[in-house]
This record gives sequence, C-alpha cells and structure tokens, in this order.
Amino acid sequence: MQYVFLCYHNEKEVFAWSKEHETQVIEKLLAVQEKLAQQGRLGPVARLMPTSTATTLHKNREPAVVTDGPFAETREQLLGFYVIECKDQEEAIETARELGVANPGGAYEFRPILMLQR
Amino acid sequence: MNEEARFDLALMSARPRAMAALLRYFRDLDTAEEAFQEACLRALQSWPRNGPPRDPTAWLIMVGRNAGLDSKRKHHNETELDDSNAPIDENLSLAERLDDSDYRDDILRLLFVCGHPTLPATQQIALALRIVSGLTVEQIARVFLVSPAAMEQRITRAKRAIAEAGVEFETPGAADRAQRLNAVSSMIYLMFTEGYGSTPDTAEARGPLADEAIRLARLLVGLFPSDPETLGLLALLLLQHARAPARFDRDGQIVLLEEQNRDAWNRAMIDEGCVMLEKAARHREPGPYQLQAAIAAIHSRAATAADTDWAQIDRLYQALERMTPSPVVTLNRAVAVSKLRGAEEALALIAPLEAKLSGYFYFHGVRGALLKQLGRADAARESLNRAIALASTVAEADHIRRELDSLVAQ
Repeated sequence: MQYVFLCYHNEKEVFAWSKEHETQVIEKLLAVQEKLAQQGRLGPVARLMPTSTATTLHKNREPAVVTDGPFAETREQLLGFYVIECKDQEEAIETARELGVANPGGAYEFRPILMLQR
Repeated sequence: MNEEARFDLALMSARPRAMAALLRYFRDLDTAEEAFQEACLRALQSWPRNGPPRDPTAWLIMVGRNAGLDSKRKHHNETELDDSNAPIDENLSLAERLDDSDYRDDILRLLFVCGHPTLPATQQIALALRIVSGLTVEQIARVFLVSPAAMEQRITRAKRAIAEAGVEFETPGAADRAQRLNAVSSMIYLMFTEGYGSTPDTAEARGPLADEAIRLARLLVGLFPSDPETLGLLALLLLQHARAPARFDRDGQIVLLEEQNRDAWNRAMIDEGCVMLEKAARHREPGPYQLQAAIAAIHSRAATAADTDWAQIDRLYQALERMTPSPVVTLNRAVAVSKLRGAEEALALIAPLEAKLSGYFYFHGVRGALLKQLGRADAARESLNRAIALASTVAEADHIRRELDSLVAQ
C-alpha cells in the first residue's frame, strides 16, 4: 500500500541549521531514500519552499478568499513529503523511524493513500 | 546533531519571541537580556535532565520572567524566592495566555528598538545582531573587523542611547506600526548591504550579515505575511543574495553582473524570491522594495546578459524615480538607458548629477565606462581616476585599474 509521509518540523530551526548540518541531514536522508529506491518502494519526494511562500484559498466561504501564508499557524510546519510503498502499518512505522533517525526533530505523519493518480 | 546542539538551536530560534515578550514585561532592554540569558542557562541545565519542554518559547518566557523578578527582589534586599524546584508547568498556562495578537507587535518593537532612527547604522546592526539574532559579541566583532572590546562599547552605547530615547510600550496604532515596519525594514536592508561591497576575504567575514538579514526578513514576513513591502524586501534580499556565488572570480576580482557565470547563481533562492514578489504584486500596492526586487528579478530571469529586458528595467527605474527620487536611482537607470539608447543619452542623463554624486565611487565608475564606450579616452581616464580615489575596497580599486589598463590598450 502506498503511504504518504508528511514531514513536519520547526521551520525556524531548520532554517537556522548550518550548511554543514544541513548537508549531513540531507546525506543521511538520501541514504535511506536510496535503500527504499532499490527496494522499489520509493515514490515522489518533495521538499517544499518555506511557509512564507505559501498562499491559501479559503473555500469554506462565499466568495472564496485568498490569504498569504499556510493554512494553519502551527508550531511545526509542513516542509515536505514522501510517497513510499509499505506492506503494512509495521513497515510504515519502521520506515518513519529510519527517516527520523536521519532527520531527528519534528514529526512524520504517515497515512495510507486511497488513490494516487499521475 | 547532538542533543546540546539541538537545544542551542531551539534557544536561538526562540530568541526573538522570548526577548520581545520579556522586553514588554520588564520595559528595559538590559533586564530583558539578563533574564533571557538566565533562562537559557537554566534550560541547558534542566532540559538534558528533564527533557525539552513542549513549547520552548513559553518555557523561556516564564523562567525569564521569574529570573528577572528574582533579580529585582535581590536588588531591593527582599527575601530571595527559591523557585528553582517549582514545577514550570503550572506557570505555562499563564505564558499561553500571552496574547498572540500582541506578540507580533512585541517582536516589531524589539526590532524597532534595535533599528531605532536615533542610532547610527553600525550601532543599529550590531544591536540587532546581539539582541535579536543572538550572535555573541565576538562573532559580531569579527564581522565588523573590530576588537570585541570595541564592539562591546558600541553595543553599550547603543543601549544607553535607547534608554535615553525611551521606548513606546503602548500597542502601536496602524500609522505607528507602519512607521516602525519601515524603520525596521531599512535596518534589515542596511545589514544586508553591509555584507556586500567587499573583497572575498571580508565577504567571508561579512557573510553572516547577509544571512542574518535574510533571517530577520523572514521573521518579519512571518509577522506581516500580507504586507507587500515586507514581502518585497525578502524578495529583494533573496534575489540579490542568489548572485553572491558569482560576484568574485578565483582571483578575488569583482565580476560585473553582465559577466557573471549565471550557472553559479542560486536558482532555489531566485525561485523563492520570484514567488515572494508575485505574492506581493497580488496586493497591487507597489513600493520601493517591490520595484527593486522586480528589477533584480528581470536580471535573474535572463538566461544570458544579452537576454536582459532593459526596457522593462528602464520603466521600473522610472517608477522608482517617481516614488523615491534620488540621484543614485537615476544613475542606475542610466545604465539601462545606455543599453537601450546608447552611451551618449546615458551621459546626458547623469550629467546633472555631478554635484550631488561627486563623492560617489559608482558615479565616476559609470561615467568612465560610458565615456570609454564612446571612445573618449582622456575624459574616461579622468573619471576613472576619480573613481579609484573613492574606492573603498581593494576589489573596487582593482576593477577600475583594469578599466584604466584597457584604455591604454585602445
């Protein structure tokens, strides 16, 4: 089953990382990604631009309203996502842990994808 | 990253909001700073033992407030309250009640205090780096190539000036808020430009300035996500900083924009800058930062120097002239005019600026280059010699010297 792994992290902290630290984290993540790719499980990987670049359309009102910024002001922000094939919940948890070791801090929310269309 | 480094990072990113809240509470910069330092010390003692709190900022504010109060009580010779073992949690709900709509003005106030118009530019920047960014005095001293003792003095002087000027602790009205935002933006842009105009050696020392300016601009955007000029400021900084890797060649020589290796430009930064600019434009309230960012964006979008849309750049400079007329804007516009309609017309445009810009390196540099294009070697040489006399860095002087050498070769 395909899962989406949503990466939440304190954006201010992430942007305060030194270049060396950033490089280290990315290298460790790439190693995990490589492994998943070799297993044929890795789907799209996205790293998002900062939330300052986000815009939100609130369509719960009429007319719909466009505002600057992410949908919700949260302590941790959505910074990226993975689509990864996992055979069951246990494998999903294990995958999240592996990614989490490469990139500690914040959280991964992972959820099965009902339908993914390319 | 080890645990201690992670805690340091959490402390640094909590600094602006925590310092701002403590400043509002104690109404005194020194007290707020000492309280924050004390809170950080306690964090580094308690967090490894008890684990980090869910909300580091609230924790730091609460502990900072208690620490500051304790210190005040000590000064008044009252019984010392020992709350070092008091559970922090019961105080947390109080911290959460800190009105979220106020913290925006708190941080703006903190930045405004640092960027106070009564302070000279270098003091503004030093204070902001110390108070908001949390750089150490040693780090800041290194950036400005002065001794730590001299930097310490500069910061103390700045704080004294602010104490004398007095800080407004009322919630600002819309007009005051706009004025503060303006002053803070100027300070941030000043910090950014201080990181430029230097040799590769000083560029390395000053690298932190551009990075910190961008970080503060991001902070500002976080507080005022819909303010077009704030978005424009961040866009401008990103678009300009994206070119930094191409500004010097291997020998430390300045590389002009039109000769820069565009593959070295930071594309991710350019993309982000362009998005911020588009977001700003949606509000249909043009302003100087947005206009300058738009000009920078045109350069960034040109695949080669020859692809540059100089006509659009000319139009944007004209709009900037109308908005914030200044001889420097006209000088920059003249460069665009020379690309569109030739050096003669550009020279005519800058001729009236001679009096105002006679002490400005770029005026003589641009005039020299234009005269050189027209083959007027003697006049060009005269301008370029005046430019060299005004060069403030080795790289600038070297660049003009190369221009002079190429004249001899003609």
